[in-house]
Amino acid sequence: MSTSPETTTEAGGHGDISVGVATAGTSGDATASATRITPGNALRPEDIALAVSRGTAKPTEDVAEFALRLGDDALILAQRLGHWISRAPELEEDIALGNIALDQLGHARSFLSYAGGALGEDGTAKSEDDLAYFRSEDEFRSIELFEQPNGDFAVTIARQFVVSYYQFELYSRLTKSTDATLAGIAAKAVKEVDYHRDHSAQWVLRLALGTDESRRKMIHGFKVIWPYVDELFRDDELTARLAAAGAAVEPSSLRADFDRLTGEVLAEAELDVPQVPAALGGGRRGKHSEHLGYMLAEMQVLARQHPGASW
Amino acid sequence: MASQTLQSVPAEFTPGRQEISAEEAARHEAEGQAYFDRVMAEDSRIEPRDWMPAGYRKTLIRQVSQHAHSEIIGMQPEANWISRAPSLKRKAILMAKVQDEAGHGLYLYSAAETLGQPRDQMMQDLMDGKAKYSSIFNYPARTWADMGAIGWMVDGAAIANQVPLCRASFGPYGRAMVRVCKEESFHQRQGFEILLELSHGTPEQKQMAQEAVNRWYAPALMMFGPPDDDSPNSKQSMAWNIKRFSNDELRNRFVGMMMEQVKVLELTLPDKDIRFNEETKKWEHGPLDWDEFHEVLKGRGPCNAQRLERRREAHENGTWVREAAAAYARKQAEKESAA
Repeated sequence: MSTSPETTTEAGGHGDISVGVATAGTSGDATASATRITPGNALRPEDIALAVSRGTAKPTEDVAEFALRLGDDALILAQRLGHWISRAPELEEDIALGNIALDQLGHARSFLSYAGGALGEDGTAKSEDDLAYFRSEDEFRSIELFEQPNGDFAVTIARQFVVSYYQFELYSRLTKSTDATLAGIAAKAVKEVDYHRDHSAQWVLRLALGTDESRRKMIHGFKVIWPYVDELFRDDELTARLAAAGAAVEPSSLRADFDRLTGEVLAEAELDVPQVPAALGGGRRGKHSEHLGYMLAEMQVLARQHPGASW
Repeated sequence: MASQTLQSVPAEFTPGRQEISAEEAARHEAEGQAYFDRVMAEDSRIEPRDWMPAGYRKTLIRQVSQHAHSEIIGMQPEANWISRAPSLKRKAILMAKVQDEAGHGLYLYSAAETLGQPRDQMMQDLMDGKAKYSSIFNYPARTWADMGAIGWMVDGAAIANQVPLCRASFGPYGRAMVRVCKEESFHQRQGFEILLELSHGTPEQKQMAQEAVNRWYAPALMMFGPPDDDSPNSKQSMAWNIKRFSNDELRNRFVGMMMEQVKVLELTLPDKDIRFNEETKKWEHGPLDWDEFHEVLKGRGPCNAQRLERRREAHENGTWVREAAAAYARKQAEKESAA
């Protein structure tokens, strides 16, 4: 395992954690590849955990709560997507969905490691694993969309399509966050999410324009997923404060670009935006659908059987 | 590399080939055989378009596709723990590992395709129960420690088997093995690391690790195949420079490696008879239950039915997706040719 990222963080402190921000959105350079992580530049969850434990990266309470939200979104989605590995329609999709799951898990680990820096009641930082394995359902802050069951491949693609376009808009803007760590995580994540957009958009086209059966299933997939879209774009007091501080943006400000870009793909796929009532939602306040409890029971079972153990 | 006239690839691969007379065909066969023999004598490489004996092609298709199937079925016992991995870092590593195996499967199916066997056919043979895969994947992964034991012992045995295959006479297979072995050595190290962490953890964790090693030890040794006096195909494979060492040679070497590493783990191997024979300078192990091996091979292992059903289910659930992708590609191609 390379040790260079730690030394970078150690030498430069907080400032270096945002390395890669300057190159986000550019292409053709060594750091622009989402699949080939350059060891010297990639921001790893371990780097963030180290910076947090040394106090060189410390989120404000608001930023920590926000990082927890995004970390939970990504973690719950990774948990869902991981189920496809060894069950996908083609070997190539075992690999692709596995890749997306891994990317999401990586983002989750970074966000949660950072969020842990402000949450300790005893004054110590919480680890990503403390947060992932030892919180209960009502302490999770993920939006309901992410916990929606995989369904068939079309439902998974519909969910991934919405998520990828949403995350791309969000992370693009977060690269300019006044919080250097959030900006650093977003800079790495946005490049990966760009691939996720491409993957899901291609499948939307294939399924919608492929056979009658696949078209029927794609339409059904969007119908199942669309009630959970609105919750992504709801503002609240936290996002208002973060937006005012320049640390984040109001979710509602992403909606126009999301609608425009997803609309282009849907139009090419000859699909209409589903006209379905939006679900009430409440994930950001810990009010989840019935699905999350089962997911957490499975995810946390082993860790909770051996509290305090190291793996 | 042989000249282009010395081809033995199936007719559908060479649509433009002209009709040739019987004598000419016989002459091509003889030239091909001479070239092949020379390559074997020089320990050089046969490439897909070179002439090769039908038996060589058949043996390789069987071996490479079985290897690919083993990668694909081998995803299942480990995928069983992705959702429950006890830390996020372990979850990420495990996901990446299982994903690597899908990649190995793809790579190996591609190598087998260069011999003229389509991937769909190989998949079908697997699902129909006509093709074999490594029997070890018919054992269940019951605890988290199995992720360690599989990485350390099963991948370890696979490496011991596959490193010599990097020099296999068939080019695409040998080259695939180079890449596969690099990733497998990562896999083995991560398995070792899981066990090391467990064996230095709580008493429950250490017990979990020891039990996993106990369960996987004998099946891992049997991965090298039956004893030399009961391995009818080995001799021909060695003559063809596909196989380099006998099953027992590789198995003994592997036992020696395990004996060194298990000390670092502070665990034990469940075999009182392991010893280094000073006369032969080889490691020896206790008796293995070859009846069980043959039973599992015949389909009567703990998970044979489950593994195949899972593969069939994934394949059948994906039929409409593959059909959609094919239909879409066809429509796009029509659009482009019309434009």
